[in-house]
Amino acid sequence: MDFITKLLAVTIAMGTSLTYATLGEIYTQKSGVLNLGMEGIMLMGALSGFATAFYTANLAVALLVAILTGGLFSLIHAFLSVTMRANQVVSGLSITLFGTGLANFLGQRLGPESNNFNLVGMNLSSKFDNIAIPGLESIPVLGAFFDVSILTYALYLIIPFSWFFMYKTRFGLAIRAVGESPKTATAMGLNVSAIRYLYTVIGGMMAGLGGACLSLSFTPSWNDGMTGGKGWIVIALVIFAGWNPGKAVIGTLVFGGITSLQFSLQAAGVKMVIPTQFLAIAPYLITFFTLSVMTIANNNRKGAFAAPSALAVPFAIDDK
Amino acid sequence: MRLVLEKRERRLKRMSLLIPLFSFILSLLIGAIVLAASKADPIQAYAAMAKGAFGNARRFQYTVVEALPLLICGLSVGIAFRLRFWNIGAEGQFVWGAIGVTWVIQFWTFLPDPLLLPAGILVGMIAGALWAGIPGVLKAYWAVDETLTTLMLNYVAIGVAEYLYIKAWKAPKGILGTPEFPEFTQLSQVWGKVHSGVFIALALVVILWFLLYKTTWGFELNMIGKNPVAARYQGVSIEKSIVIALLISGAIAGLAGSLNTVAITHRLTRGVNAGYGFTGIIIAWMSNLNPFASIIVAIVMASLTTGADALQIAMKLPESMGAVLQGLVLIPLLAGSVFHDYHLKLIREEE
Amino acid sequence: METRERIPVVSMQHITKHFPGVLANDDVSLELHAGEVLALLGENGAGKSTLMNMLVGLYRPDSGSISIRGEVQHIRSPQDSMALGIGMVHQEFMLVGNMSVLENIILGLKDLPVVPDVATIRKKITELSDTYGLQVDPDAIIHNLSVGEQQRVEILKLVYRGAEILILDEPTAVLTPGESRDLNRIIKKMLSQGKSAIFITHKMDEVIEFSHKVQVLRRGKSVNVIDTASVTPRDLANMMVGRDVLFTLDRCAFNPGEPRLRLSKVSVENPLGSRPYLSDISLSIRRGEILGIAGVAGNGQTQLTEVITGLLRASEGTIEIDGKDVTKCTPLQIIQTGVSHIPADRGAMGVVGDMSVGDNLAMKKYRTHELSSGPVVKRSRLRLFADKLIQSFIIKTPNQDTAVKFLSGGNIQKTILAREIDSCGGILIAVYPSRGLDVGATEAVRQNLIAQRDAGSAVLLVSEELDELQMVADTIAVLFEGKIMGIRKVSETNTEELGMMMAGVGGDA
Repeated sequence: MDFITKLLAVTIAMGTSLTYATLGEIYTQKSGVLNLGMEGIMLMGALSGFATAFYTANLAVALLVAILTGGLFSLIHAFLSVTMRANQVVSGLSITLFGTGLANFLGQRLGPESNNFNLVGMNLSSKFDNIAIPGLESIPVLGAFFDVSILTYALYLIIPFSWFFMYKTRFGLAIRAVGESPKTATAMGLNVSAIRYLYTVIGGMMAGLGGACLSLSFTPSWNDGMTGGKGWIVIALVIFAGWNPGKAVIGTLVFGGITSLQFSLQAAGVKMVIPTQFLAIAPYLITFFTLSVMTIANNNRKGAFAAPSALAVPFAIDDK
Repeated sequence: MRLVLEKRERRLKRMSLLIPLFSFILSLLIGAIVLAASKADPIQAYAAMAKGAFGNARRFQYTVVEALPLLICGLSVGIAFRLRFWNIGAEGQFVWGAIGVTWVIQFWTFLPDPLLLPAGILVGMIAGALWAGIPGVLKAYWAVDETLTTLMLNYVAIGVAEYLYIKAWKAPKGILGTPEFPEFTQLSQVWGKVHSGVFIALALVVILWFLLYKTTWGFELNMIGKNPVAARYQGVSIEKSIVIALLISGAIAGLAGSLNTVAITHRLTRGVNAGYGFTGIIIAWMSNLNPFASIIVAIVMASLTTGADALQIAMKLPESMGAVLQGLVLIPLLAGSVFHDYHLKLIREEE
Repeated sequence: METRERIPVVSMQHITKHFPGVLANDDVSLELHAGEVLALLGENGAGKSTLMNMLVGLYRPDSGSISIRGEVQHIRSPQDSMALGIGMVHQEFMLVGNMSVLENIILGLKDLPVVPDVATIRKKITELSDTYGLQVDPDAIIHNLSVGEQQRVEILKLVYRGAEILILDEPTAVLTPGESRDLNRIIKKMLSQGKSAIFITHKMDEVIEFSHKVQVLRRGKSVNVIDTASVTPRDLANMMVGRDVLFTLDRCAFNPGEPRLRLSKVSVENPLGSRPYLSDISLSIRRGEILGIAGVAGNGQTQLTEVITGLLRASEGTIEIDGKDVTKCTPLQIIQTGVSHIPADRGAMGVVGDMSVGDNLAMKKYRTHELSSGPVVKRSRLRLFADKLIQSFIIKTPNQDTAVKFLSGGNIQKTILAREIDSCGGILIAVYPSRGLDVGATEAVRQNLIAQRDAGSAVLLVSEELDELQMVADTIAVLFEGKIMGIRKVSETNTEELGMMMAGVGGDA
């Protein structure tokens, strides 16, 4: 049992980072913008958070900087995608390229002189530790959910809030309309550009936060490319969640679980029947099949499981 | 008073040249700012980069070698793009090309030596083709979104490759990866560092140009990409066209992977997913799907990488600067792309 | 007759609006009074929609002023216009398909609380539905509703927001005669509550039936404003076009040959469950005959043409061309049998907008040895071919390299006609061919169809306009809910009988 609890703990910790970014991308995509820059934004979030924490020893400020960094990068993407009506796939990839490059670059320039200006190998004086809720944390298995960092505790509120926001408030209604039919949204008086800008930036902020979760809590350090492709898993998770914020956590638990299973088994020295590499690709494979199967199954019905209709399509009001 | 983007009546030919040019200059300016912010003299840095990419014959050869996989991947992605099919999976197809050629060279001992190389490249191309064919079929017959499926399959391919070079096909000793290919299977060098793959790449450019601009197949692809409904009405089988185009696209990306493996890495190892597939997307977009333009674009992008290498040595800047600059080049280009179809207009508010 | 001056509810004065290359509105003035229905009549491109889009804040005039209830207003956005009590039902409904009726109604509503009180809203919707006769289920999902029901949602949207001035764009285009009468009742109820309405239309019968006053626009200018009671359709048509309009067409005597295309008991299933797209369709078209298909859009016309052209598979029955069974043929094979197709939506289905005029003209023959050798397209031959067609069909284009999307609607249709007629092997399928065309272009289309028929082709003409069918076709078949209600010779039937069959009444079924 202890193994499972440990597994769950790792899953939750890793899943926290993924969940923030996934929720952020869901907001962005629901409004009709495809942001493939997640990997770059998360890495910049991790770097900026780590660097700030290293020099200020203030975790709250570090978090803030990470969030703002994420917002800034996604602002660029919003500008290109919404105002300049550029190709969103290429724009997202460019942000990833730029973001990962810049993060690795800065990681080797912002460090202390003593370490050759390198941030790699530096340690933080404090990190986001786990806080146990007395009594609850000793529940077998599920107790793992009550011995987590405040970043994760925050999620326990943010996830249901996001679901409620998306489906029960007027703001969520607006987002969904903008992502489905921007023409209708405009005719009904909504400002499509403003909404898309807002939720692209919010999405980026949450991705920055997700990146910071890695460097300030999960593995409090900085390494080149430490997000290791998590930004791409986020894209998969958005699909797996059916663009529903409430379901996002299922995906992160499943995928986070598989990944941490991989690490835990390796650490425990267990002889693998399934090679670890195949475990690593399981999230992508599962998403691939889920997307294909759900699309085919919904082919003749207007699916509930479908991407927002206007996803990645630039919208211009005055086009005749 | 507001500034709005208004749709142009027709595209202006001179814009196709002016916009990328102006954007590139803007990128250089932004890059200069980044360089200056990291305490590096921009002019010195750019000079070092230019020298590093084109300074002498040797450096230029490095640039060409770096440009080859970019060019081929750009061509691969470009074919799919013609059909408005986002083949984000070129990276995975590239990897399968590497896997395929490794499989043949390492295990097909029943083949006579001279056949190993061509067979390997062929198998690599077939592997890449099939890997692209899967999402192609899914999109053609069941409308499954190709951006996301091709993206996911990339990581599956990379995972398979990892398993192979870390476990199943691992060389018993030495550096991580499969055993090194025998000498006679490695591509010969034709001009300094440039290997014979350059002929294949150039031949590919000409062949694709011919196919896309001169044949009925190219005519159909154009129709489908611009209005699939109208194409259907004219009896074109959209499904077959998509699958065929994707098979070809995957085969070309696989070719890039195979060539890169026999020419540069000589084994299957870490780093097989070098990002050429992803950059290929950008190449295809920047060259506006014109095969000849892809040559220029590939060289420009490659020069940023080789230039950045030189920068690392000359000014002690980290090599990730190359990626930073590549990303930076794109942002003004993306912003500028809107001006192909729109122009700015000042609108006065009525009193 | 009242002596005190009535302040118009809407007053648009000297409105001018440019678009790239087009002067959409040229010094147009318009007035609407309370309790009145004004019909805005004009052909496509006359500037009616543009003018109204300025009332609802989607466009802004380049010059001129708009006054609502006597006060000058600057309508900068849809929200501004809604605040003034103006609402528009567009021809293309502005609804989000996968959201419910209720969600669509409250979308973008000012003063909506952060968490809307769904129960109260639902009640208000039901009350309004009852008051005006706009029955619809608030929780139904839009894409599951019929077109008529969706229109009711659109009207509910406006009424819910307290719209006093309703603008309806071609409202009866998608309705059956019965639904049109319902709409008339709804409008009259609204007028009695003090509301006013503007109908945008190009249909004369709509003007006569619904409006008190009619304003005619022609090529961006306002031509006339007149009481509906004092005009005839002929007067209106002349005002719309500026000259005497032909109401009859020259043709040869009706002398059909043997059947070229025959459908026997053809059915096409609807995979979405409900009733089949087509049931038990039997008809034939003979050499030298124009068979018209009448019916309100959405009763199976698209499926009928698609099953004939091979784009859709029949689940039962057979299709024969010259006696040969072609039921299972691919679209390409059908084309090679000599069938030409002028599709319903020229922009979306008939041409590739971004391709040149020349390439569009070659879209049918590019595979043949006339324009290519083996797999290689012979550009020189193609250019000659295209020039020839441009000349003989008088397609107005700067040159054959211009992208076809820059041509006017009429010239785009001419391009399609040229291509299809040139390669026609004697069977021509024309679907809504004069939709959205001005009278000149429409005449050209009809004359071409009759010329083909006189030359011995078998022509299938699908049209929403009964008068067009009565003018052009020799025989008419009426489609209703996927069944043929009846087939009549044009000379042996009348509008009333056809109209009833279109609404599902009478016929031979």
